[in-house]
Amino acid sequence: MIHSLFLVNASGDIFLEKHWKSVVSRSVCDYFFEAQERATEPENVPPVIPTPHHYLISVLRHRIYFVAVIQSEVPPLFVIEFLHRVVDTFQDYFGVCTEAAIKDNVVVVYELLEEMLDNGFPLATESNILKELIKPPTILRTMVNTITGSTNVGEQLPTGQLSVVPWRRTGVKYTNNEAYFDVVEEIDAIIDKSGSTITAEIQGVIDACVKLTGMPDLTLSFMNPRLLDDVSFHPCVRFKRWEAERILSFIPPDGNFRLLSYHVSSQNLVAIPVYVKHNITFREGSSQGRFDLTLGPKQTMGKAVESVLVSSQLPRGVLNTNLNPSQGTYTFDPVTKLLTWDVGKINPQKLPSLKGSMSLQAGASKPDENPTINIQFKIQQMAISGLKVNRLDMYGEKYKPFKGIKYMTKAGKFQVRT
Amino acid sequence: TTNSGIFSVLRNEDLKEMLESSKESLKLEAMKRIVGLIAKGKNASELFPAVVKNVASKNIELKKLVYVYLVRYAEEQQDLALLSISTFQRALKDPNQLIRASALRVLSSIRVPIIVPIMMLAIKEAATDLSPYVRKTSAHAIQKLYSLDPEQKEQLIEVIEKLLKDKSTLVAGSVVMAFEEVCPDRIDLIHKNYRKLCNLLVDVEEWGQVVIISMLTRYARTQFTSPWKEGATFDENNEKAFYDSEEEKKDQVEAKPYVMDPDHRLLLRNTKPLLQSRNTAVVMSVAQLYWHLAPKHEVSVVTKSLVRLLRSHREVQYIVLQNIATMSIQRKGMFEPYMKSFYVRSTDATHIKTLKLEILTNLANEANISTILREFQTYVKSQDKAFAAATIQAIGRCATNISEVTDTCLNGLVLLLSNRDETVVAESVVVIKKLLQMQPTQHCEIIKHMAKLFDNITVSMARASILWLIGEYCERVPKIAPDVLRKMAKSFTAEEDIVKLQTVNLAAKLYLTNSKQTKLLTQYILNLGKYDQNYDIRDRTRFIRQLIVPNEKSGALSKYARRILLAPKPAPVLESAFKDRDRFQLGTLSHSLNIKATGYLELSDWPAVAPDQSVRNVEVIEPVKEWAPSVGKAKPPKQDDKFYSDSGEDDHEEEEGEEGSESSSSEDSSSSSSDSSSSEGLSFCVCIWVNIPTFGPVKSHELLHHMTGKGLSARYHFPRQPCLYQPNMVAVQVTLTNGSDHSLEEIHIGDRSPASLNLHCFNTIERLEPEASVTVSMGIDFSDSTQAANFQLCTKDDQFSVSIQPAVGELLMPSSMTEQDFCKEQGKLLGMNETSATITLAAENSSSQSLSKQVLSVANVGVVSSSENNIHRFAGRTVSSGALVLVTAESRESSTALLTINTDKSIMASMLLRDLKQALAQA
Repeated sequence: MIHSLFLVNASGDIFLEKHWKSVVSRSVCDYFFEAQERATEPENVPPVIPTPHHYLISVLRHRIYFVAVIQSEVPPLFVIEFLHRVVDTFQDYFGVCTEAAIKDNVVVVYELLEEMLDNGFPLATESNILKELIKPPTILRTMVNTITGSTNVGEQLPTGQLSVVPWRRTGVKYTNNEAYFDVVEEIDAIIDKSGSTITAEIQGVIDACVKLTGMPDLTLSFMNPRLLDDVSFHPCVRFKRWEAERILSFIPPDGNFRLLSYHVSSQNLVAIPVYVKHNITFREGSSQGRFDLTLGPKQTMGKAVESVLVSSQLPRGVLNTNLNPSQGTYTFDPVTKLLTWDVGKINPQKLPSLKGSMSLQAGASKPDENPTINIQFKIQQMAISGLKVNRLDMYGEKYKPFKGIKYMTKAGKFQVRT
Repeated sequence: TTNSGIFSVLRNEDLKEMLESSKESLKLEAMKRIVGLIAKGKNASELFPAVVKNVASKNIELKKLVYVYLVRYAEEQQDLALLSISTFQRALKDPNQLIRASALRVLSSIRVPIIVPIMMLAIKEAATDLSPYVRKTSAHAIQKLYSLDPEQKEQLIEVIEKLLKDKSTLVAGSVVMAFEEVCPDRIDLIHKNYRKLCNLLVDVEEWGQVVIISMLTRYARTQFTSPWKEGATFDENNEKAFYDSEEEKKDQVEAKPYVMDPDHRLLLRNTKPLLQSRNTAVVMSVAQLYWHLAPKHEVSVVTKSLVRLLRSHREVQYIVLQNIATMSIQRKGMFEPYMKSFYVRSTDATHIKTLKLEILTNLANEANISTILREFQTYVKSQDKAFAAATIQAIGRCATNISEVTDTCLNGLVLLLSNRDETVVAESVVVIKKLLQMQPTQHCEIIKHMAKLFDNITVSMARASILWLIGEYCERVPKIAPDVLRKMAKSFTAEEDIVKLQTVNLAAKLYLTNSKQTKLLTQYILNLGKYDQNYDIRDRTRFIRQLIVPNEKSGALSKYARRILLAPKPAPVLESAFKDRDRFQLGTLSHSLNIKATGYLELSDWPAVAPDQSVRNVEVIEPVKEWAPSVGKAKPPKQDDKFYSDSGEDDHEEEEGEEGSESSSSEDSSSSSSDSSSSEGLSFCVCIWVNIPTFGPVKSHELLHHMTGKGLSARYHFPRQPCLYQPNMVAVQVTLTNGSDHSLEEIHIGDRSPASLNLHCFNTIERLEPEASVTVSMGIDFSDSTQAANFQLCTKDDQFSVSIQPAVGELLMPSSMTEQDFCKEQGKLLGMNETSATITLAAENSSSQSLSKQVLSVANVGVVSSSENNIHRFAGRTVSSGALVLVTAESRESSTALLTINTDKSIMASMLLRDLKQALAQA
């Protein structure tokens, strides 16, 4: 299916190539570079590009294009999903997935890619199996390896690949047995000029970090499972149990994994935790524009709104800004016209504001559109949908694990049109 | 971090030296650098002889890196590559399955034609390997050999045929992949494996699921009849209209009752849970399966999941939106409730924005158009001008499709003509032109307005459009048209080519309608055109002149000049770029590109008459296995609820290295259908599915009350799993709870009585906190007697005597056998080995379903599929000695039943009979 993979950086250099079948010349990427040149933004390169003899399917992450070369019909999502899995694996192994990290670990990268695909068909993509096969590099291990000449490749053979619980490695041992679950909800919203909500929805995930000895069998139940409208599971979750009892029952992978992602049913009204008062005006014939923005909390159930970050793409005609933040710092990049304001925490007694003027290109006509404002924020210890975990139980092992559940609400794609 | 940047410093000579040294660490370092070179795309082929020597290294990492190198360069260095072959041939015989698999993997990846026979042999051998993992590798190798030497096709198909029969979930995805690559047209190979593939599907790894679902979609389109109503088209609007006339509807229903093939239903049912997969490719493949195979009213189950995928990465959104765009043309209703999910955000990439716009336009109808247009107003102002232009096109489409808003849209577009941005104005002109062409009569005012704007518009496409409009409708704007022509005559030489062409057109049309005013102007323009640099314009001018200006040379054509130039022209149709995209199977590369990709396999039309259904029937003769709880019904619900197969079962399988995975509940349902007709088979398997949740919780019994246990309480139940410790033991699960206010330490099992009691204790529980509880499992060999097992449950400070008294039904293990085998065995156990009684059934138990349920709740036996409706057969073996226990329940008239038990354990038989009687007689 997947013939070859090329890794291309932002400046258009191929810095890694891997072939699973006969070698495909790297000149095939010329078609990709053409598309890259045509695109105004890096994100605008089309994910699927036909060439006379091949098809190029690419994903862009961490400013690296992962370009897969395909020779015949294959579901494009199959390739895209796989490429994202590759990126996730690299991130998991090296902490970051940058060009430098990949170049530094080129041997591990190659060993991983070799295990992940056989003849272009995915073979081992589970992080637990891969880690049995190839140990992730750590500073200590790299040093030891250099001195003693020992290897990253696991000495024992990967039994996980053969088991019916392929996502969990065998023989896991911990002195402290812990299971942590993070319920993270994101609010996607579009707020219109007048402050009314055009669309708002809540998407949530439960990310787990499970470090338990042996083969634990966990069940997790919710106080209000009805809130979950649409869910997708890690393969470890027993689907029928969920269907029948609304209980998550699973043998967890070892380490970090995403147990569940869900969508909160759209019938429930979504609480919008922040409001924005704005007054952004450009006047015809004037070289000055006014910018006035105030943020305030709303429907937060008494919790603080933190890590607030406001960003906005100002119209091309804006040359510079002269703004005054009541708190935090703001920057304006005159080249990209991107305004960012790192607000920090919202104090309900003293609302943060950003006020001042914008200087416009002399003689240019006033911009048609007022900029859209993107807001990021975090609210700790609260899931905005009201979802609550009822209990977490463990079977199959005798020890008593330490269990922890954390809630958080974040802004997803939260936009205010002005 | 050590090996970066050094590559370039070391030359090939140094690397060769390192490879030939005696130190492992130097060799490894050299190989790492060589892999670095390969990764960069540098040529390292001249090191081949030095590298290949290390192919048999003991160091696993070194060996793996040599493999990487070998696979990369073997094609170029065929002779040298042959040196390594014997190493792999040896490894193919290794006792360790993973080494065998890895040897086959590398051997088959070496693209050297000489070794084709060796590869063929290795594949054939691996296909019958005991390890499913090796068989999986052989399925992968099939494709490699096929691409190396297509001549081997026939032999490879034989291997595929063999592997398709494999019951292991590990193999299924890989062999279907090989099938798709080598012989996708041989659907006859699928028939016998169809039901098995459907049933295995949830347990197959995610990538395999995608491949299998895609293959089964094609298969189903050749084997089943259309579930879509005859005469009803895809368009649901038409469908609505169709239902308006009641009579017609009745006719339709009477004319053709459609009954879905149970196998068709099986596929739909077994793929549905996969919509919850985290893998977006799996979700998409199920969605396309429903789109192409499900009855119209069922397709909408996929909507929610598709919309969910829009939260994923940009590239995923792109593909999913493309598919939704195609779907939403035919089925507005599917996505209309989710309209807001397609609202554009300023941060979306342009191609995502355009696709969302496309979908919103497809979803527009009388009811939601005002909301959509309001949303579009925001988009028109977008700073992304390409997107603003696409929005104007979209408004144009809404205006043509929904006549109620045509005027509103047109007015809105006219307002946009005074927009400052040129692209917006230009696009508006083009769209207005198209709209006016549909109903020019009412819109003289707009044409006049556009003529006024003409001087300020610089985009050539827009200028050309206005000129064309004025020319086409010059008789409706008789005063303005000649004036525009006058202006154009002035600026002709400075215009773009398309504008010049339209000027010539305008001149010609005016000459025909209003020659008095425009004769000279036209002459002038035609003269300018005659000497234009562009030959298109020169050609056109020459042609027009001959056509409109009569002279002696001009032939008959000029008589028709008016009819040629001023013929009424059909209005352009504004339609979606995704119309008819569904000629390609959704989710495919071809669909995404809208061109047929290499290797695309057509989806056939439904057959008018279904081919023989019985080809999918399978004769299954299951070997009798002592440990396998082979019938789903007999298992307690906890195991059956699993998303994946019972782990206990399969662990066991690995130990034995037996061929194929053992039957799971769902598989049995398919085998049972082989005896009866296939529709009956289905209803049978439906009842299994329904049965499982109603089976209820396992009975648990008290072992120690917390009052007597000084706070420690214990309950036990029989999980009915094969015991992991010893096969002749019965598995027991004990739940210990600390009800006291202090933690209990060192909970363990002490003395037992009788002292000979064979008991597998649980490990000592070091500490049990107050309120905490823990479940442990133990194994007890009851020696096929219901005598209680007595032992002491001890904590650090106390000892409590407890006893576990098993019901006779718990001393059995289900045994699977066919009806014939059952009767044969029963024949051997007659006379004093037979116990029977006639009993009266409680009203609730008179149905065959509830009767089986009751029997299964009493005894851990397996259901034997029966060809007679009124006879139910169950088979089991005693756990300890493995003696057969056969139960037959024959329901008779007036809710009585004859129970017969055949076994040589007569005491057990009578006890079991008593228990069964009790259970069946009571409600």
